[in-house]
Amino acid sequence: MTSITGLPGLHRTVPQKYIPVLVTAGLFVAMFVAGGIRYENFATGQIILNVFIDNAFLLVVAVGMTFVILTGGIDLSVGSVVALSTMIAASLLKDGWPALGVIVLVLVIGAVLGLGMGAIIHYFEIQPFIVTLAGMFLARGLCYTISTDSIPIENETFTAIAQTRIGLGGDLSVSPSALIAVVVVLIAAFVLHYTRLGRNVYATGGSEQSALLMGLSVARTKISVYTISGFCSALGGLLFAFYSLSGYGLGAVGMELDAIAAVVIGGTLLTGGSGYLLGTVLGVLVLGLIQTIISFEGTLSSWWTKIFIGVLLFAFILLQRLFLGGSRR
Amino acid sequence: MRGFLKHRLFWPLVILVALLALNLFFTDNFFKVQMKEGHLYGSLIDIVRFGAPLILVSLGMTLVIATSGIDLSVGSVVAIAGALACLRISDLSDQKSVSGVLGAVGLALVLSVVLGAWNGFLVAGIGIQPIIATLILMVAGRGLAQLITDGQITTVNSSPYKLIGGGYWLTLPFGIIIVAVVLALTAFLTRRLALGLLIESVGGNAEASRLAGISARGVLITVYAFCGLCAGIAGLMISSNVSSADGNNAGLWIELDAILAVVIGGTSLAGGRFSLSGTVLGALIIQTLTTTIYSIGVPPETTLLFKALVVTVVCLIQSPAFRAKVFQRRMRPVEARPATEEKVRVSA
Repeated sequence: MTSITGLPGLHRTVPQKYIPVLVTAGLFVAMFVAGGIRYENFATGQIILNVFIDNAFLLVVAVGMTFVILTGGIDLSVGSVVALSTMIAASLLKDGWPALGVIVLVLVIGAVLGLGMGAIIHYFEIQPFIVTLAGMFLARGLCYTISTDSIPIENETFTAIAQTRIGLGGDLSVSPSALIAVVVVLIAAFVLHYTRLGRNVYATGGSEQSALLMGLSVARTKISVYTISGFCSALGGLLFAFYSLSGYGLGAVGMELDAIAAVVIGGTLLTGGSGYLLGTVLGVLVLGLIQTIISFEGTLSSWWTKIFIGVLLFAFILLQRLFLGGSRR
Repeated sequence: MRGFLKHRLFWPLVILVALLALNLFFTDNFFKVQMKEGHLYGSLIDIVRFGAPLILVSLGMTLVIATSGIDLSVGSVVAIAGALACLRISDLSDQKSVSGVLGAVGLALVLSVVLGAWNGFLVAGIGIQPIIATLILMVAGRGLAQLITDGQITTVNSSPYKLIGGGYWLTLPFGIIIVAVVLALTAFLTRRLALGLLIESVGGNAEASRLAGISARGVLITVYAFCGLCAGIAGLMISSNVSSADGNNAGLWIELDAILAVVIGGTSLAGGRFSLSGTVLGALIIQTLTTTIYSIGVPPETTLLFKALVVTVVCLIQSPAFRAKVFQRRMRPVEARPATEEKVRVSA
């Protein structure tokens, strides 16, 4: 899909497909350096680790979203599935279920929801936008059916995971959730680049018609990505439950937008077929760093976060247009 | 009979009638419309009145979707328009002065048109995919609305402003009149003049229309600006109805409802053709659904579940693939189906 036009100077030195990811990486470094110059105690490794800790759930959700967007689809249900997962976990734990059973059940529910949406999208040829929108209503509705109040989690395993910090030498430490998120990223990167499923994902996103004519199993690929996204959302929900130690039906509202924004800032094309998981990771880090900077600044109100994210989205999309020339549609 | 069954408004109409009929069993005097103090009252009137903002937003959305685009930013525009109007009115020395209110309303609408045109510029001028181009304003717009109201809920006490969303004129709620006027204007512009044809042609294939001599860019920017204007009017209605502006929650998720209304009304997200009457039907279905949920006593917590169910059923019934798979097994195979509305993608 990508045409060969672009800036000739950069084109010779760096393969063009890496430019969006490099730009995002450059932005992250620039923001980090600027923050380090402006604020005391900013330029430490712990700040970056904190971004990982505070955004572990978003990272996992964005990984699932990357799969879906690479096939040219979209999943609007992720925020609701995250909230639903925290609700199911919190209410079952309150009823005395063992932690392991709850975790497995939540992950299965997320994957099954994704599987259902993927099957409807593929077999009945309804736009992903509409199907996942219905899925969003469904999951959110299930949350409210369970309870409209916030349910605290007092399970020992969950609180233990929430409070554990794993030292990385020196003063640095991370939470188990952040490690889980990193493991998820590594597995997903492996799947995308070294397995048949990953190749099929890129091929389907590049051109569904061609993939079908090549004899690739488009049906299995499309349904798989939504299942993966559902699974990742459920896992993200569990990490969110570790992070907040409660289940709340109104939680994670708008997380689908954050996830999509992270994927786009990471250089993945919403039309599918082009993009990298590393870009998504950088996109999540950039979003996290914006929040960190705003909290360091102190006087800026929370809504500036949204405005900054909007401006960044605009800048990045403009950049993609400039670098990638005629990659329209 | 067969032609009637095949009409694309058939299924939406059946669903609307079914929903209304359902209400007949649960609500006394559901279909009764009465005059009180020179105003029309009744459940049916209420459905149209509370559905007015959604109908307006959906009208704009229909035209955008007809150009094979989408506008996610309408909810934010709703919030911004309400916030700006309320801010200007709250700054007036006399909040009841008609000219002051008109000025505020005018300013808010101009801003809405500008925001819509900005979307159009991103889509047509720079060539960004509509879903991302409008995602920018959707995210940033919420922040802007909160910036305008300073994160507070701005309340106003202005009777002329209250008229827009909560007042009556000629026995009818004023909102219904606004919707009727906008609908009539839109229908005239798109169905009596060539504009509708141009929009559909751009939606079918923007590049081909440009080569055929249509100013595709101009059409796109006009359509997005119109969508912004509709969202702005809806924003004024919503904020005027409660006499306050809430940058955070005004018009939240209205873009999703509007897109649903358009899809239920039979306009394909692939663009290339649209149905204004279908959209109005779709918006009325969504509003009737909300009313029905309350009237049949479904607990409010499960409202969304119910909605998800109806949306899924409606979309499945409308999906040609679903009908082919489920219904045609029982019926005898129909002679060669007319080519389904598939759009051939010609990459530019």
